[in-house]
Amino acid sequence: MSRYSLLSSISNRATGIVLTCGQLLLVYWLIAAASGAQAYARAAAVLASPALKAVYAVLLAAFAYHLAAGIRHLVWDTGHGLARDQSRRSAGWVITIAVLLAAALIVWMVLGGASAP
Amino acid sequence: MSERSALGRVRGIGSAKEGVGDWWTQRLTSVALVVLGSWFVVSLLGLPDHDFATVAAWMRSWWRAPALILFVLTGAWHSQLGVRVIIEDYVHEIGAKTLAIGVASFAHIVIAAIGVVAVLRVALGGAA
Repeated sequence: MSRYSLLSSISNRATGIVLTCGQLLLVYWLIAAASGAQAYARAAAVLASPALKAVYAVLLAAFAYHLAAGIRHLVWDTGHGLARDQSRRSAGWVITIAVLLAAALIVWMVLGGASAP
Repeated sequence: MSERSALGRVRGIGSAKEGVGDWWTQRLTSVALVVLGSWFVVSLLGLPDHDFATVAAWMRSWWRAPALILFVLTGAWHSQLGVRVIIEDYVHEIGAKTLAIGVASFAHIVIAAIGVVAVLRVALGGAA
């Protein structure tokens, strides 16, 4: 296994674990919504804190990478792109797309949060 | 000569063509999550506000509530399979491995169950 494939395999697992932890936040948010307006307002104060905004940025970046790398895996499963040079090129694509997508989503979150009424 | 049957001797020590089930489920949930995950992220970022009224109204739609439930379920399922593979790769002692997989799987089931009930509660108007 080359250094590239080793690194991309570990990154896919690491971002997967990050998203697994993100599910805890998702369910916390869903519980808050299910607990009524007052309980939701209390939870929202926590969920809107700067520390959690940073966590969302990490989650969005992990989502972007795991999405791009996951699609690469799905393509591999069809039997395509498995040659060494193809695999190296697609690893570059995954990182490029992940960085651009992560940047776009994080900017959207920051600007959207600022413009919210 | 052992009293064990031929079937008893081989059971559990090799492929019974069942391992492919998890592999296939991991792929199916991947494809579903490309759609559901993207939809969820874009929707959440696109909401004009994240206060209770906006979020609850968003969740109560006839198609968003089931889509959200599917997202919670496929997300938890995909996550459980992924975490299990990681445990299988890094924890080698059979007792610790079994325990870790059991705890992780149970945690995922609990998370999924709570998530589904929460969405249903909002969607069916249980919460004011």
